[in-house]
Amino acid sequence: MTVLDTALPPSPPTVRREALYFALRNGKLLVGLGVITVFLATGLLGPMLVAASPNDYVGLPMQPPSSEHWFGTNTFGQDIFVQFVHGLRTTFAVGVLGGGLAAIIGMVVGFVAGYRGGLVDEVLNMLTNIILVIPTLAVLLIINAYLGIRSVGVQALFIGLTSWPWAARAIRAQTFSLRSREFVDLARLSGARAWKIIVREIAPNMSSYLFMTFILLFGGSILIASSLDFIGLGPTEGVSLGLMLQNAHQWSALHLGLWWWFIPPGAGITAVVGALYVANVGLDEVFNPKLRET
Amino acid sequence: MRQYFGRKLLVYGLTFFVAVTINWMIPRFMPGDPVASMLARARVSQPEAVEAMRLYYTNLFGFDQPVWKQYLNFWAALLQGDFGISVWVFPTPVSTVIMGAVPYTLGLMIPAVLLSYFVGNRLGAFAARRKVLDNTVLPVGYVLTAMPYMWLAVILAWGLGVVAGLFPVAGGYSFAMRPNWSPQFVGDLLLHWFLPFSSLFLVALGGWAIGMRNMIIYELESDYSNYLAALGAPQRLIRRYAFRNAILPQITGLALQLGVLVAGALVTEIVFSYPGLGSLILKAIQNQDLFLLQGTFLFIVLGVLIANFVIDVVYVVVDPRTRTGMAGASA
Repeated sequence: MTVLDTALPPSPPTVRREALYFALRNGKLLVGLGVITVFLATGLLGPMLVAASPNDYVGLPMQPPSSEHWFGTNTFGQDIFVQFVHGLRTTFAVGVLGGGLAAIIGMVVGFVAGYRGGLVDEVLNMLTNIILVIPTLAVLLIINAYLGIRSVGVQALFIGLTSWPWAARAIRAQTFSLRSREFVDLARLSGARAWKIIVREIAPNMSSYLFMTFILLFGGSILIASSLDFIGLGPTEGVSLGLMLQNAHQWSALHLGLWWWFIPPGAGITAVVGALYVANVGLDEVFNPKLRET
Repeated sequence: MRQYFGRKLLVYGLTFFVAVTINWMIPRFMPGDPVASMLARARVSQPEAVEAMRLYYTNLFGFDQPVWKQYLNFWAALLQGDFGISVWVFPTPVSTVIMGAVPYTLGLMIPAVLLSYFVGNRLGAFAARRKVLDNTVLPVGYVLTAMPYMWLAVILAWGLGVVAGLFPVAGGYSFAMRPNWSPQFVGDLLLHWFLPFSSLFLVALGGWAIGMRNMIIYELESDYSNYLAALGAPQRLIRRYAFRNAILPQITGLALQLGVLVAGALVTEIVFSYPGLGSLILKAIQNQDLFLLQGTFLFIVLGVLIANFVIDVVYVVVDPRTRTGMAGASA
């Protein structure tokens, strides 16, 4: 990607068209995006189409899946499909907000540390390493335990604040390799300011990398959030796929044989996160000619 | 090499310092009053009793002293191994409660992590650039690594435990037994250990296999591989060289994954009511036992730091360049 960009600077449309050409022929990317789109559409449109609210008691308890209740009902007589649809929306929200925030912090820290170097780099790198070593979930446990009322937004905020370090480190390394290139020197000679060089010269040259970082952080946030929900520190109001799993476990769906209670939420998380990872590999192949199947 | 370790130890020391500071800060600077919430939990109605409890808890946190003194006291207590007293099992010190749970968590995690690491790396290295294998290992790996730990645990418990009835699904040993070293008890322990172990092992396996496969493909593209191939070296030899180069980033990866692995172990334990730190955390949260929760947090951080240091030592053993100071893993 970098070779192409430096060798053929005046023809970005060609590069873009080439990426599109390979994107449309990349099975992994298409499958991954397809699955994500289906689930995203379900999460966005589903809650509007199903009339019931997720915690309504709509039918007989412990009914297996039927045409009336697609995923059956739980021990309280709540419709699991309705909960699933609402939970998907929460899951995507946590992924986008938490992953997005982590990506932004990671980019700022990574770019500044990589581009500035010297003392700034030392300090930021030390900070990154410290937060990298602290187990994220353990910190989130403490924070959430002391928070009385927990909302999805706050959960995403804290996930974002704690999961950025590896992204910052990766972006710093990439910035390091780019900052001594001729086009960056040229921009510096022409008197451009630091942030402008970062935004206009360095970031575009690793845009695909940045996007892939965001995808991985997205998937990671979803998994962390579901673990938190499962431990019992999820949002105090509303539904999420993790909370559904927690409820199923707490009310011993296992022993009652209510498989339709605990299979769908976990399958939903696995499908979304797995599709994100697969799409990420597909993107990698699109942007990196070395990895394309020969 | 001394510089390498010095730098590492500095980072770990600072990390511990930050972790303790976070631990101290959160109860004090979070919105809401921890003492009030504990009193509300206790549901005591007599005003005298409430007042006595308030005084007790305020003393326990040391809220009546200036902030800097509270902080120093916190450190002093910590260095004496005093994590406070558990509310859930009242008069027992937190450190005793935690020490009872740690062996179970370690016994679960260490074999699962090491075994999944070795098997996953071998599997990934073997599958790379081999059409049929690659097309099976890769999708399976992605599904496994995308699974929430607790979900695979629940499915295994349901499939092999409840439906097939092969394994017990709750506890660290049968409730009818008392812990001792008799063969029956050890067998029972292993039987209870198997399902949590397998679910941890399987989820972690996917990630290692994928990581290794990608690294090997990258190494097989590199100049030295092409050169070896041009010289007519057998494919086995080239792959062995590639593996040795590819294992280095995987070691760093193990250090990076530790947090995720601990999180996985915690939720897996909760699914199986396995008497380790995960179940302890659940109990602490359900009973608003914040001292126990904070003690567990520090223990986890300490464990992760020690594991990181062990990995650093392994890295020095594996990569000769760090020994001569030519290059090293970035701190």
